[in-house]
Amino acid sequence: MSIFEYNGSALVAMVGKNCFAIASDRRLGVHLQTVATDFQRIFKIHDKLFLGLSGLGSDAQTLHQRLVFRHKLYQLREERDMKPETFASLVSAVLYEKRFGPYFCQPVIAGLGDDDKPFICTMDSIGAKELAKDFVVAGTASESLYGACESMFKPDMDHEELFETVSQALISSIDRDCLSGWGGHVYVVTPTEVTERILKGRMD
Amino acid sequence: MECVFGMVGKDFALVVADTSAVNSILVHKSNEDKIMVLDNHKLMGASGEAGDRAQFTEYVQKNVSLYQFRNGIPLTTKAAANFIRGELATALRKNPYQVNIILAGYEKETGLSLYFIDYIATLHKVDKAAFGYGSYFALSMMDRHYHPDMTVEEAVKLADQCIDEIRSRLVVAPQNFVIKIVDKDGAREHSWRRTTKE
Repeated sequence: MSIFEYNGSALVAMVGKNCFAIASDRRLGVHLQTVATDFQRIFKIHDKLFLGLSGLGSDAQTLHQRLVFRHKLYQLREERDMKPETFASLVSAVLYEKRFGPYFCQPVIAGLGDDDKPFICTMDSIGAKELAKDFVVAGTASESLYGACESMFKPDMDHEELFETVSQALISSIDRDCLSGWGGHVYVVTPTEVTERILKGRMD
Repeated sequence: MECVFGMVGKDFALVVADTSAVNSILVHKSNEDKIMVLDNHKLMGASGEAGDRAQFTEYVQKNVSLYQFRNGIPLTTKAAANFIRGELATALRKNPYQVNIILAGYEKETGLSLYFIDYIATLHKVDKAAFGYGSYFALSMMDRHYHPDMTVEEAVKLADQCIDEIRSRLVVAPQNFVIKIVDKDGAREHSWRRTTKE
């Protein structure tokens, strides 16, 4: 089994009308054994920027600590929060620094940029950015997620419809993947509020 | 064939480990203590490569003491867990420690916590955890019988059930086990479960 599949993970981010949603599964495993069912994969960088990290749990925790550190320094120097596009470039640079000994993570970045325009992107473990206008996926269930999102996505959904769509796409994909699952964790972010919800799927 | 497992009860935490020191087919000793008492209110059960286990756990214990000497107050369990994770993560890409750790600790402010720390430095706060081949049996037993707010008697009974399961179902089961407990009165040895005397 590849090192990316050691802990198991599933991540998806989707764009709506002036809002975005980012969702993950909740399983932490060690190969076939489940260790915990409440593992956090999505981290808030600031009110309008969220980072999801799929892949090896240890590297996800290390990367999260390093990126929060870099963002806090940026906040001290620039006296403002980072734009999502800038943060994506930072993550890409941090990952490419370790080109010949990489972090085994695939990040998913989602944020509201200038004029609260939603921004999502994903990258591979060495920092190759992939910007998308509709949705991005990562993790062991990524192939299922691509199919589910492609069929369920509509442009310009409002935040309630977006929540329903992301939840259905996530649950249907992770229910078919043995390495991810135990429910879902969904954040829906609009310019005025952040809603966090836990989903119940197949608990196995 | 090493087994370490732990669980959180109402106002205490239990950590159980086997006590065999094995080298291929030879059992060197059956009273090796693998649960280190880090300070008054912390227990660290470790399993894995024998040399790494002994060295790394001692290293952690000394550093936890050093912090207390320097700063006059003990580390919180969360801080100790993150320190352990940091050391494992830094060493991971140079000279990895092959040690899996279950850390249990008590503070007045936050109460009891149990942390699962993998040898790859994956850290997670949990209610029950287990490592080794025995984890297949211990985790399943705990999934069935564990509930939050167990009393000490119930938790020790559950630990006994896990130990019985490991003894009957694991092909090379460890002979003896030690149970240690941490609560507001401190971290201490609770009891042993022996099949061979040494």
